[in-house]
Amino acid sequence: MSAAPGVAQAPVAGAASRRGAAAWITLGAPLAAVTLALGVGAVFILAIGEHPLEIYALMLRESLGTGYGIGQTLFKATPLMFTGLAVALGFRAGLFNIGVEGQLYLGGFAAALAGIAMSGAPAFLLLPAALAAAALAGGVWGAIPGVLKARFGAHEVINTIMLNFIAVAMVSYAGHSLFEHATVRTAEIAPAAALPRLDILWPALRGSPANFSLLVAGILAVAVGVLLFRTRLGYELRAVGLNAPAAEYGGVSIGRTQVVAMTLSGAVAGLGGVNFVLGYKHWFELGFSGGSGYLGIAVALLGRNHPVGVLIAALFFGALSYGGLVINQRVPRELVEVLQALVILLTIGAQQVFERIARKHG
Amino acid sequence: MSPLLLFIAATLRISVPYTFAAVGASLSERGGVINIGLEGMMLNGALAYTLGAYASGDPWIGLACAVLAGTLTALVHAGVTIGLGADQITSGLGINLLALGLTKFVLLQVFHSSSNSSRVVGLPDLPLAGIEHLPALGPVLAQPMVLLAVLLTLGAQWLMFRSVFGLRLRVMGERPEAGAALGLSVVWYRTRGVLLSGAMAGLAGAWLASEQHSFTDGMTGGRGYIAIAAMIVGKWSPLGAAAACLLFGAAEAMQITLQGSAFPNELLQMLPYLVTMLALAGFIGRAVAPRAIGVPYDPEHHA
Repeated sequence: MSAAPGVAQAPVAGAASRRGAAAWITLGAPLAAVTLALGVGAVFILAIGEHPLEIYALMLRESLGTGYGIGQTLFKATPLMFTGLAVALGFRAGLFNIGVEGQLYLGGFAAALAGIAMSGAPAFLLLPAALAAAALAGGVWGAIPGVLKARFGAHEVINTIMLNFIAVAMVSYAGHSLFEHATVRTAEIAPAAALPRLDILWPALRGSPANFSLLVAGILAVAVGVLLFRTRLGYELRAVGLNAPAAEYGGVSIGRTQVVAMTLSGAVAGLGGVNFVLGYKHWFELGFSGGSGYLGIAVALLGRNHPVGVLIAALFFGALSYGGLVINQRVPRELVEVLQALVILLTIGAQQVFERIARKHG
Repeated sequence: MSPLLLFIAATLRISVPYTFAAVGASLSERGGVINIGLEGMMLNGALAYTLGAYASGDPWIGLACAVLAGTLTALVHAGVTIGLGADQITSGLGINLLALGLTKFVLLQVFHSSSNSSRVVGLPDLPLAGIEHLPALGPVLAQPMVLLAVLLTLGAQWLMFRSVFGLRLRVMGERPEAGAALGLSVVWYRTRGVLLSGAMAGLAGAWLASEQHSFTDGMTGGRGYIAIAAMIVGKWSPLGAAAACLLFGAAEAMQITLQGSAFPNELLQMLPYLVTMLALAGFIGRAVAPRAIGVPYDPEHHA
């Protein structure tokens, strides 16, 4: 199989012009893609008789111009930070984890179960236990395709898609006995398992559902960065992603690295489920993941599989998501879904175009 | 009416869209291009059928629109993956998200509803030799799309394994550099495989909209992914894919049959996914993808 998309080619040592070209592609392609997507979006807005600049300005003002708007943007961005980091971890190891959607879903489910089942436990145990449950559930769900890939050579893309559907069916089955009567949600978790709202630190966010999951995401971004670029495991992971046969020749076990990468990726995605379950509603609800796993792929692509890039891309997508709700009176919020999809297609397209230009002039 | 016949009828009816999409996908993938974008091509096809039938009142115009929409969506996939050489899986996912947003956007503009369209005509029956009078199976077999699914499956099987085009298409999926050395255009063969796949996914979408006499938001409901899975279980051959579609269709028909009984429906729901994972891991025969699948063809690398 080809290397995962978005994995930057390693610059050739000593070739300064190549390195310059790589940096140019790193920044240029995502920016070009976003600009083009907004341009196509403007055509849609014009087509229904509205003013593109006014609509975009409104989105910007409402999603970043007020404390409440910033809080909403942060809340929408939080799960995308988790899923973006998860996808990026996989990409770095040459693996395409499309299963983040299911991993996040199961992570949220496990967090809710832990938060309900252990309601008698003291607070200092309960919250860590709920977080650990989320990471564990996601990690297991990521490990399965990792093992199948390492042991049987089964392609992780199809297996992770299948596991997304299986996760949904499993949770629906479990829900028959777990959900509150005539609802599609569990009981509420114990108050001690809840992650507090961010407005206790930053009062300006009052009323928005942004919560401490954002801090968890930030810590994870640092951890992923350290892991990838400062540890032996991260080095091996990237080596397998860039050139698996060479890594193996250098003494790295490809199979083991793939299983570890998928497990970690799944655990990070699983933790993403806590934003909704522990930080917002305080219960698990059928279908709560709502595509944030698939958007995580877009976030990782746009963020060039780097933790800093992922955080920025997640904020951008978060602002788009909330901005879409704000403009819904004038332009259908589905416009935002179209924009997000266009960003994906245009990013991978622009990357190819930029690399071609760089090759020609390199 | 015998429950067995009803079960078979339900299986056939459910398998139709899977068959169109999965058989088409085998043509794309044998040429070396992964088509995760089936879901989006089906969805665009379903909306195009609805729009065409709504505007003209003629279901056949709806069908033509669906084929066109599926093909155009596939053209985007071909442009991004074959033209630019970008990652095929990412492109497919992007196309699925794009179709999901775009169809809702158009639905709102045309029908002023975010959930469903107005009612449109469905495709008429084709009563050949009184087939529609057969018990239970008659109404299904009399549908022209059922016949078309059978014909296209056989046609695709012939095309892939008995025609010059098919031989060359498979070369592009296994060793594109060999195809290029014969003076054949890798781009053109692969593009035709992808476009055929899109056209057939459009047919699948048309069937869904015609059966339901309307378009509803996200109405493909993951069927594109099941079709991909069926194609894998069918080992990338049209006949195998169609057989797997019947198997998956039977699992779904069983869910309907067992509804209300104590048997947990969700377990049957998981069946196609579990079967696919087992097939990929080599427990049910070996499902081996074409050698060059997913790899953009880059002449410079083979020069």
